[in-house]
Amino acid sequence: MTSVGENRFQHIAKTLRRRHRQERRLKYAGCVAIILAAGFLLTMLTIITSNGITALKQAEMLVDITIPQAELLAEDGSIDLDKSRQFNWGGLVKRGFAAQFPEVTGLSQRRALTALVSENAGYELRLRVEADPALLSQSQFWVKTSDEVDVYLKGRIDRSLPEDLRPIKNVQFNWLDILEGDGRIRQAFNTSFFTAADSREPESAGILGAVVGSGLALMVTVILALPLAVMSAIYLEYFARPGVITDLIEVNINNLAAVPSIVFGLLGLAVFLNFFDLPRSAPLVGGMVLALMTLPTIIIATRVSIRAVPHSLRDAALGLGASPMQAALDHVLPLALPGILTGTIIGLAQALGETAPLIMIGMVAFIVDVPASITDPATALPVQIFIWSDSAERAFYERASLAIMVLLLFLISMNLLAVILRQKFEKKWQ
Amino acid sequence: MAVDFSVIVVVLILISLLAYPLGRGRVVAMARRTTSKPHSLSFYYGLYALVWTFVPALVVLLAWTLVADPLIETMTMNSLRDIYPGAGESILDLRLAQVKNIASGLLPAADATIAEVADSHRQALTQADALRLGVVLAIALGCAGVAILRIRPSLKSRILFEGFLRRTFFIASIVAILTTIGIIISLIYESVRFFSQYPIFDFFFGSHWSPLRSFAGGEDGGHTEGAFGMLPVMAGTIMVATIAMLVAVPIGLLAAVYMAEFAHPHVRRVAKPTLEVLAGVPTVVYGFFAALTVGPFIRDLGLLAGLEVSAQSALAAGGVMGIMIIPFISSLSDDVINAVPQSLRDGGLAVGSTHGETITKIVLPAATPGLIGAFLLGISRAIGETMIVVMAAGVSAQMTANPLDSVTTVTVQIVSLLTGDTEFDSVKTLSAFALGITLFVMTLLLNIAALSVARRVGGRYD
Repeated sequence: MTSVGENRFQHIAKTLRRRHRQERRLKYAGCVAIILAAGFLLTMLTIITSNGITALKQAEMLVDITIPQAELLAEDGSIDLDKSRQFNWGGLVKRGFAAQFPEVTGLSQRRALTALVSENAGYELRLRVEADPALLSQSQFWVKTSDEVDVYLKGRIDRSLPEDLRPIKNVQFNWLDILEGDGRIRQAFNTSFFTAADSREPESAGILGAVVGSGLALMVTVILALPLAVMSAIYLEYFARPGVITDLIEVNINNLAAVPSIVFGLLGLAVFLNFFDLPRSAPLVGGMVLALMTLPTIIIATRVSIRAVPHSLRDAALGLGASPMQAALDHVLPLALPGILTGTIIGLAQALGETAPLIMIGMVAFIVDVPASITDPATALPVQIFIWSDSAERAFYERASLAIMVLLLFLISMNLLAVILRQKFEKKWQ
Repeated sequence: MAVDFSVIVVVLILISLLAYPLGRGRVVAMARRTTSKPHSLSFYYGLYALVWTFVPALVVLLAWTLVADPLIETMTMNSLRDIYPGAGESILDLRLAQVKNIASGLLPAADATIAEVADSHRQALTQADALRLGVVLAIALGCAGVAILRIRPSLKSRILFEGFLRRTFFIASIVAILTTIGIIISLIYESVRFFSQYPIFDFFFGSHWSPLRSFAGGEDGGHTEGAFGMLPVMAGTIMVATIAMLVAVPIGLLAAVYMAEFAHPHVRRVAKPTLEVLAGVPTVVYGFFAALTVGPFIRDLGLLAGLEVSAQSALAAGGVMGIMIIPFISSLSDDVINAVPQSLRDGGLAVGSTHGETITKIVLPAATPGLIGAFLLGISRAIGETMIVVMAAGVSAQMTANPLDSVTTVTVQIVSLLTGDTEFDSVKTLSAFALGITLFVMTLLLNIAALSVARRVGGRYD
C-alpha cells in the first residue's frame, strides 16, 4: 500500500515539473500575444510618423523675379485684381527661373528645367503679392519646388537608380546641385498643408478643406444625435412600459451598433440622396449618416450614466411632489450630464474616424475649396487620407501620413477630453 | 424671392419666443384678476404657447419641403412627356435636368419650347416657395393665437406639456426602429429592382463576377449575362475573414487569458488600454498601413523566397484586419473568462491541478459558449470591415485558395460599384445593393447567433 502511494507521489513529483512548465508556457504565450499586439501598434505608428513628419517641411528655391509693375497697377497705384488675374504669373516665375541658367536652350531642355519649379508657383506668387503689394518691388522670391524635387531633397529618391526608373533625370540633378551650391534651396515649414484644401499638385495640397468638412459633419452629427439619444434614453429608462414596442426598440438599438458602417452608407445613398434628394457630397448628409451610426453608442452611454444616479435622489424628488418628468429632467439629468458628454465625445471620436459611409454618399470627390456651409460639397479628413493614399505621386504618400498624424491627434485630444470630463465631474455615489 | 428653409426656421423660433411671454403673461394677469391659483407654474403656460406656435408649423414646413420639389418635378416631367411624345425615360430625364438647369439660370435656353417649360418650372418653384412661407407663417400665428386664447388658470398646462415631451421622447426612441426599417426597405427595394433585371439564382450561385462587362455593349440589359455571379466575391470575403480570424483569435484569446488569470494588476492597467488603443485607431489608418507598408513588405519577402506575391494580397489585408480585431476578441473574451465563477477555479485548484491546468481544462471549457459568441462577433466585424480591404485587397474577383493572390470582398465591390458618377438605375449600381443586403443579412445572422450562444451560457453556473 505504501509503495503504491509512494509511486503515486513519485509520479506526481516527476510530472509536476512538466506541468508547471506547461503553465509557464501558457503564461509566456499570453505575454507574447500582448507584446505582439502592442508591438504592431508601435511599429505602425512609428513608420507612419517617420514618413509623415517630413511633410512638415517643403522645399523652396530662390528665384530672381522682377514683377512688371506697370502691367498690374491700377490708376491709383494699387494692384488691379482683374489685371492680376489675367497676368501670366506662371510664365513670369518660369522665365525668371530659366534666366538663372542662360546656357539651357532648346524646348525640351527648358521644359526639364522649369519642371523643377512647382506647377502652382505662379498662382501662389500672385496670391502672395495681392495680399502684400509691398512685394511688388522685391526681386527675389522663395517659391515651392515641384513635388519630385521635394521628395528627392528629402532623400527618398536614389540617385544610383538607372535614369529611366527615377522621376528626376541626370541633367536635372546637375541643376539642382548648382542651386544647392548657391544656397538657393531651403526647407521651409509647410504652411499651406494646414491652410489649403486639396490640390492636384502635392506641394500645394492641404488638409484644411478636409478638416473643415469633418468639423461640419460632426457638428450636424452632434446636433442630431445628442438630443435624440438623450430623449430616447430618458424614455427607455423612465417612461417606457414593458411591451412589444419597448423590446423592439431595445433590440434595434443593440443591433444597430453591430451593423457594418458601409450599410449605413447604403442607407444614406438610397434614402437621403435618392429619395429625399439632398445634396451629394455634403457634410449635411455625412453628418446625418454618422448621427444614425453613433446614436446607439450615445444612447447606451446615456442610459448607463442615468442608471448610475442613485434612485434615492429621484425618490426624494417624487416624494416632494415633483412629477416623473420633473424628477427626470430637473434632478437626474443634470447629474448624469458628465457621463452623457463623455459618451458623446467617444461616439464623435468614432464618427470622426469613419470613412466608408462617407465614401458612399460621395464625400470622396476632389474638392479644392474649403467648404463654407453644410450643403457645400466637401470631403472629410479620413476620406482625404484615403484619396491621397490612392494617388500615384510619392509626395502624396508623405502627406497622407501627416494627415493620419493630424487625425490621430484629434482623436487623442477628444479621448483625453472625455477622460478629464469623467474624472473631474463624475460624482462617486456612496 | 425664394425664402430659405433656415430663414423660415429662424423666423419660427423668433415668433415662438414671442409667444412664450404672451402665454405666461396672460395666465398671470388672469390669475390676478380672478384671484384663482393657476393649475401649473406660470412658465408652463408660456411653454404651452411656445410649443403650439413652433411644432405644428415646423412639421408642416418639413413635410412641405420634402414633398413640394418632387411634386413640381413630376408636373414638369408630365408636360415634357406631352411635348416629346414617344421619348424614352432616359431622354426625358435628360430633358428634365436641362430644364432644371435653365430654370436656375445655370444654362441658357436652347430653344423656345424648352425655355417655356423652364419658365413654368421656375414659376411653379417660386410660387410653391412663396406659398410655403405664407402657409407656415399662417399656421404658426393661427396656432399661437388659438393656444394663447385657450390659456386660463384652470388649463392643466404642465400635464399637457409633459405629455408632449413624453410623446416627443417616444418618437426619438422610435428613430432606432426607423433606421433599421430604412436600411431593410432601401436594401430590399433596390435589390428587387436588381433581381428583376438579373436572375437571382445566377447572382447567388454564378461563379463569374465582372460588373464592368455589363457596359461592354454600351447599353443596359442584354449584355449583362454572367457578369454578376457573387461566388468569387464571397470566396474572397471568406478568405480575408479567415486570415483575420487566424491572426485575431490566438492572439486575442491568449492576451485575454493572460490578463484575466496571470497579469499583475499593474500590468493589466497598462495592457488593457493599450489594446483598446488598437480598437480606437480608424480603419483607414490600418488600410493605409496595409496597402503601403505591409503589402509591399510581404511581396518583397515573397520575392526573396522565390514566390510570386501580389502587392494587394489577401494575406496583407487579412493579417492587418486580424490585428484590428484583436482588441475586440480580447476584451469580449476577458469579460467571458471573468464571468466564470471563482468556485470552479477553487475546485480545480483544490483537487491538485496547477493554475495552468485549471485554466485550460476548467475555466476555458466553461467559458466556451461565450468565447464562441465573441468569435462570431469578430467574424461579423471582419466581413463588414471596409476600408482595410478597399485599400489593401484587390478589385478583381477570382476563385483562388492562395492567400498570396489578390482577392476581392463584398465591401470592396460595394465601394467600387458606387464610387464615381454612375447613374442610379444601372444594373451595376443596383447590384451593389444586392451585395449590401447579402452583407447585412450575414452580419445580422452572425450577431444573432453570437447573442443566442452567449445567452445560453449565461445562467449555466448561477
